[in-house]
Amino acid sequence: MTSPLERKLRISGPVVVTANRLGDGAVIYRTDGGRWSTRLDQAIVVTTAAAASTLLAGATADGINAVGAYVAPVRQDADGALQPGNLREAIRHAGPTIALPGVI
Amino acid sequence: MYLYDDLDRTLVTERAAEFRDQVARRLSGELTEDEFKPLRLMNGIYLQLHAYMLRIALPYGSLSSNQMRTLAHVARRYDRGYGHFTTRQNIQFNWIKLAELPDAMDDLARAGLHGMQTSGNCVRNITTDQWAGVAPDEIEDPRVWAEILRQHLTLHPEFSFLPRKFKIAVTAAAHDRAAIRVHDVGLRLHRNGAGEVGFEVVVGGGLGRTPFIGKTIKPFLPKRDVLSYVEAVLRTYNQFGRRDNIYKARIKILVHDLGAEAFAKEVDAEWQPIKDGPLALDPAVVAAVAGHFRYPSYEALGDNPPELAKARASDRRFATWFANSVTNHKAPGYAIVTLSLKPEGGPPGDATAEQMEAIADLADRHSFGEIRVGHEQNLVLPHVAQRDLAALWRALDTLGLATPNVGLVSDIIACPGLDYCSLANTRSIPVAQELTRRFRDLDLAQSLGRLHINISGCINACGHHHVGHIGLLGVEKNGEEFYQVTIGGQADENAVLGTLIGPAVPYAQVADVVEDIVEAYLELRTRPDEIFLDTVKRVGVEPFRERVYATR
Repeated sequence: MTSPLERKLRISGPVVVTANRLGDGAVIYRTDGGRWSTRLDQAIVVTTAAAASTLLAGATADGINAVGAYVAPVRQDADGALQPGNLREAIRHAGPTIALPGVI
Repeated sequence: MYLYDDLDRTLVTERAAEFRDQVARRLSGELTEDEFKPLRLMNGIYLQLHAYMLRIALPYGSLSSNQMRTLAHVARRYDRGYGHFTTRQNIQFNWIKLAELPDAMDDLARAGLHGMQTSGNCVRNITTDQWAGVAPDEIEDPRVWAEILRQHLTLHPEFSFLPRKFKIAVTAAAHDRAAIRVHDVGLRLHRNGAGEVGFEVVVGGGLGRTPFIGKTIKPFLPKRDVLSYVEAVLRTYNQFGRRDNIYKARIKILVHDLGAEAFAKEVDAEWQPIKDGPLALDPAVVAAVAGHFRYPSYEALGDNPPELAKARASDRRFATWFANSVTNHKAPGYAIVTLSLKPEGGPPGDATAEQMEAIADLADRHSFGEIRVGHEQNLVLPHVAQRDLAALWRALDTLGLATPNVGLVSDIIACPGLDYCSLANTRSIPVAQELTRRFRDLDLAQSLGRLHINISGCINACGHHHVGHIGLLGVEKNGEEFYQVTIGGQADENAVLGTLIGPAVPYAQVADVVEDIVEAYLELRTRPDEIFLDTVKRVGVEPFRERVYATR
């Protein structure tokens, strides 16, 4: 099995590095200074495979705060705000698309 | 109910203590994720899209009112106030925090609950008929055999690292409610020509990427031999099953590649040296296990008491629910009641903590404290006195648990899909919710008769779409959600895989497509009691294909 770091990254637009927080599984994004945030708008955005690889390598090395780091696509909306780049990432970012049982 | 003894309690308690230590070492950084992942999986803990998910086994779908209250407590204290009953008689909590999991495990262990055998390449939770022990059409209680297998295979060192996961289901009824023919091993208790009771052994069934209906490799296996024979099947699989390709690692691929006859010969060669050894079941051992099951002390009651007859005659809503959700029981004067977890617009199989607690109270009041879970993702109160049915219905109605749609078009089986699952490509729950709205008219649903819709959000087929009368499989195309549609599948004793009707349809059209199929059925059926499946068998797929794609 090839490790994520050994696979050649191919990106076709802006990306961020995301993972799940170790303690509670919350969705987190890699930010400046080797930190993590639950806010997508604080994520470092890169646009080249080399930069994405470097960002991912740093994130993967952090085995105590984050689990399963990977590169995810993002896009900018008309207002310039950062948005998830596909449905899976949109659901990770905003939560299930359904009302949770018992929540009115 | 099965009553745990000291051995069971010690095992579960020690496991919870072990897990507490493992979590502490992971949180401190002493264990890496690569080291920790197999440990958490062995306790039923997955990492999903937004959070950790805890899967708890409900062996053979049976749980006590006290266990249900514990599940409610876990939902409220450690999750977001609800749980999801699955197609394999488990419950899943979707928002558990790793740091709190040891406490949750301790609380569960105190009620005899755990996540062992719910993940990893081991023998998973052994499932059976949710009406086991009370169904009039069964020849004996299949839970005894499921329990014997569970005791033998739980943490069995030889079978903890199989090529892939391994699922066993047991039935003892004429009508298969446990879907045994789509399991790795299916066991069907039946009587042979000499009047003896034994097992038909079916192997190599399964859904997922490469679906197969299981093949019978032993038409009649004496009961004393069930443990040794299943052991031989597992050893054969462990030896010959592929480990080089995860997509070809299930036993169904091995059975298909070798052929059922050749596979059976390999099993037999493995079985002969062990069949008369320690695994041959002593009747006293079987009796001891059976003795741990406690059956209610039923009152001497008659069928159709005046209270029931009066309620059926005077309240149309009750009569509708009774006709749909209440089933005959072995004991005169009693009934089996199915609680639909498929309300209009609700996620299939979900129950809130409040509902769980209320169900536990109702089980204490009306069902000798016992509850069952079925693979259709509904609950069952298995021992309700018929005289109490009207009172029970009123209580269930206020809880939103009396939707009279059991077995009907809106009784949809669905996986969690992309709203929760890290494997999914598409969503399942919103599709199910929309379909329940489209078919909210119960008169229409009843006029359609038995019609099962199954939805899977990816090829792993947790929603069993291949065996849905109408099956929907979500596939992703260029970032958009599409759904392949199959019809004609069924999971019972006549199990068959559905047939694809044509190209996948987009998310926005999938409910329309199902409506088109249903309308076509209404036009094609020759009489009102010809169910959808029979119409498909009679006319084939083509008329449905034409209807769906004529204007698309």
